[in-house]
Amino acid sequence: MAAIALPLSRRTRASASVIPGFGLTLGFTLFGLGLIVLLPLAALLLKAAGTTWEQWGAILGDSRVRSALWLSFGGALAAASINTVFGLLVAWVLVRYPFPGRKLVDAFVDLPFALPTAVAGIALTALYAPNGWLGRVLEPLGIKVAFTPLGVVVAMVFIGLPFVVRTVEPVLQDVDLELEEAAASLGAGRLQTFARVILPAIAPSLLTGFSLALARAVGEYGSVIFIAGNLPGVSEIAPLLIVTRLEQYDYVGATAIAAIMLTISFILLLAVNLLQKWRRARMGG
Amino acid sequence: MTKSATRDPLIVRWGLTLLALAFLALFLVLPLAAVLVEAFARGWDGYVRALGGDDGFAAIRLTLLVAAIAVPFNIVFGLCASWAIAKFDFRGKSLLVSLIELPFSVSPVISGLVYVLLFGLQGWLGPWLAEHDLRVIFAVPGIVLATVFVTFPFVARELIPLMEEQGREEEEAALTLGASGLATFWLVTLPNVRWGLLYGVLLCNARAMGEFGAVSVVSGHIRGLTNTMPLHVEILYNEYDFVGAFAVASLLAILALVTLAAKTALEWWHRDELVATGH
Repeated sequence: MAAIALPLSRRTRASASVIPGFGLTLGFTLFGLGLIVLLPLAALLLKAAGTTWEQWGAILGDSRVRSALWLSFGGALAAASINTVFGLLVAWVLVRYPFPGRKLVDAFVDLPFALPTAVAGIALTALYAPNGWLGRVLEPLGIKVAFTPLGVVVAMVFIGLPFVVRTVEPVLQDVDLELEEAAASLGAGRLQTFARVILPAIAPSLLTGFSLALARAVGEYGSVIFIAGNLPGVSEIAPLLIVTRLEQYDYVGATAIAAIMLTISFILLLAVNLLQKWRRARMGG
Repeated sequence: MTKSATRDPLIVRWGLTLLALAFLALFLVLPLAAVLVEAFARGWDGYVRALGGDDGFAAIRLTLLVAAIAVPFNIVFGLCASWAIAKFDFRGKSLLVSLIELPFSVSPVISGLVYVLLFGLQGWLGPWLAEHDLRVIFAVPGIVLATVFVTFPFVARELIPLMEEQGREEEEAALTLGASGLATFWLVTLPNVRWGLLYGVLLCNARAMGEFGAVSVVSGHIRGLTNTMPLHVEILYNEYDFVGAFAVASLLAILALVTLAAKTALEWWHRDELVATGH
């Protein structure tokens, strides 16, 4: 918004601004960013670039690597999808249906952001282990959660839970009730109004929440490794395989898996961004 | 009449509300309850005994030390970045903001790995460090660096949109009236953004004390020396000392609850002075 008011003075502002400290603050910002974030990431890319084709072939040919990547990205996709559905439900209830204690529940949604991942990990394991509160109920039904890929997804759902709620909530609050009334007065049913009026309005925020939850789940480590059981080829996630490779002093292997993860994540995020842009263009702003 | 048009039937309202609450109870309340119940599985005495011991204290000390370095760095960096970005115009601003947020989209394990590649024995600077008898990886400096990396965007992300929204008029007025740059910052800018700053600090601190993946890669898990609280939880858990693991975990859970409470209080009472952020 503020940018709109600026164009007139933009040219003179940088040179004639009375506000001091530009060089100092920008310098420190770039220095910190370069030293803490960019240089170490560049080291990773350089190392990955130094990997020979034979090494890449061996790494990608390893079924253990492939299944770990598959589990991390497949599990994250599943978890982000679950989070999208239930996140929308939670946001909807919190915005539309007042009930006692709503504000408290609203605040509690952020728990996964505040709770250290290792704590979440051992807590979920305690719940879903065969002798745990939930495991004891699920086991006789033939549902095994702990130490299976399903457990990985459960942990990823926990860690990504707040993203969709937090991105959809403010948008849902802004949806114009008059539009819904208009739809109703034109004969639309509630479900129809939801699908045709409300859903299109909140779709971009749903997609944003989905991609944030996905990105978080793909890289998640602490909350997953306890419940996963970490069986190579079955319930071993890619970040854990990186750690395992590092412990074996296989720096090339660890770096290669990390580079693949970063690349796929980057492509996914880019795709989501392009989708949003295309949508905006089609909607005419 | 218009009201009923946008109102769902009672059964739908109740059904959806119960479903949402059941989902939240399953995924949020039960894990938290499990931590506390397991921690007190052997009563209060067992809890206190599990928390005692030198390794536990060393872990708490190290966690506090790491946060005491990472959080102030984050404050200084966040203030610098938001000052430069919000108070001046320059090219590449949005790229800079994206780069500052980059650590959020990097897996914690990779955040640790990059420092091993840089400072580890086989890393770029490893041989030089070894020659001068300096240790970064498997030592406290590595833990601090990894923590700074994962918490890097927290304060800046709160302050940049907040300062951009507040504009530059107040600072320009103060400066025109003869205040020095530093006085303007202390007396005008900082009071304007204090709640946003506190908000960022709360989240940054929670992450700094609770970080597991990145720290686990660079720590080496040396008991009493390079073990933070989350890593200590893992060690105790893997040794089947469940009461001990959950006792330490309960301290971290309390930290999380205090963080949530303080954050919520800020949102309730100072919403106007915070910028609504996605997460």
